[in-house]
Amino acid sequence: MALTREQMAQRVARELEDGFYVNLGIGIPTLVANYVPEGIDVMLQSENGLLGMGRFPTEEEVDPDMINAGKQTITTRPGAAIFSSAESFAMIRGGHVDLTVLGAFEVDQEGNIASWMIPGKLIKGMGGAMDLVAGADNIICTMTHASKHGESKLLEKCSLPLTGAGCINRVLTDLAYLEIKEGAFILKERAPGVSVEEIVEKTAGKLIVPDHVPEMTFE
Amino acid sequence: MAGFDKRVASYEEAMEGIEDGMTVIAGGFGLCGIPENLIAEIKRRGVTNLTVVSNNCGVDGFGLGLLLEDHQISKIVASYVGENAMFEQQMLNDEIDVVLTPQGTLAEKMRVGGAGIPAFYTATGYGTPIGEGKEVREFNGRHYILEEAITGDFAIVKGWKADRYGNVMYRHTAQNFNPMAATAGKITVVEVEEIVEPGELEPSQIHTPGIYVDRIIQGTFEKRIEKRTVRS
Repeated sequence: MALTREQMAQRVARELEDGFYVNLGIGIPTLVANYVPEGIDVMLQSENGLLGMGRFPTEEEVDPDMINAGKQTITTRPGAAIFSSAESFAMIRGGHVDLTVLGAFEVDQEGNIASWMIPGKLIKGMGGAMDLVAGADNIICTMTHASKHGESKLLEKCSLPLTGAGCINRVLTDLAYLEIKEGAFILKERAPGVSVEEIVEKTAGKLIVPDHVPEMTFE
Repeated sequence: MAGFDKRVASYEEAMEGIEDGMTVIAGGFGLCGIPENLIAEIKRRGVTNLTVVSNNCGVDGFGLGLLLEDHQISKIVASYVGENAMFEQQMLNDEIDVVLTPQGTLAEKMRVGGAGIPAFYTATGYGTPIGEGKEVREFNGRHYILEEAITGDFAIVKGWKADRYGNVMYRHTAQNFNPMAATAGKITVVEVEEIVEPGELEPSQIHTPGIYVDRIIQGTFEKRIEKRTVRS
């Protein structure tokens, strides 16, 4: 069975470490905040200028001057700091954020990522994605393994315009957890009940399959 | 004393001197911390052929979206322009020139613009369409592209509190692009929720020192929320 969005978030959350500053993109990455493991404290960065994002506000707490990078109303947690967008991207570009989680349309075996533009379709802009992928050493890309029509999104070479070059080293799809190293995807884990054969079939890029590929477990 | 009193009496006075074809840098992120009354004054004046530099372009009927209604903007430099049907239409009709710019690069372009630095190298956008045609240099084995500063004829800024000297504090995440925008205008106009007596603002807590600010006005704000999200 392919992972649900919640399971994908749960799996990514296992990569969090105590004391991490983390930037979570829109979509599945946002859900990761719901699965921070017990006993671990992470500080969420929102690139509009907030470190230490808290929960969504109650009706009474809603404040138009307090939003996240997805433009949603938000609160701060104890220990939070607020700053300008230039400061925010200084910490991103400067490599101070420990983990970045973001979505993508395509990723390739060289670690290239395409996530912001589909030619011929309306272009809305890259927002902070290009800065995030250029600045972080530690990025997890979350995406479905293949399109609805079964076309692989893990490619030899991205077909869409890039968001960043050679910057992705880990990918979590609905079928598998993979690393990207030396021009190949390395299959590290598979979703419960998903066969290695299915992953091989749906991976267009070069894929290295170790002898043993453990199945992910979920409570 | 009088030389440091940046207060103006009306929005008309606040935007005095804006002309067709000028570049306007605007603070704000989405609809948060936008100089909504200064934008409305630009609309009222009907100046056209503007280049607008702002992270976003408002929504239909509010914020910078107001300036699209009468086709006042001919070029926009922004990082994200979704959520705006009129904008999409004008973009598809080639009525508006859009220069999509990564958010951090945009913030830095404004910052260095105000800081007297003409350009800077960044890894952001290298190997992507954003890097095409730009100078590339390698530092310590990594590739960087050269990005140029942005300055404006006007900068329009939304603050929280200010004094007559033009010292400004921002409130929460309404800070966003405002401090950089404030430094990058030939004429910087700041509208705030409250102008306080000199000495009321703690000097070490001031975000934008008055040296950057030419005009200050107190206004009232709608502060529209783009995506009201509450927990159940």
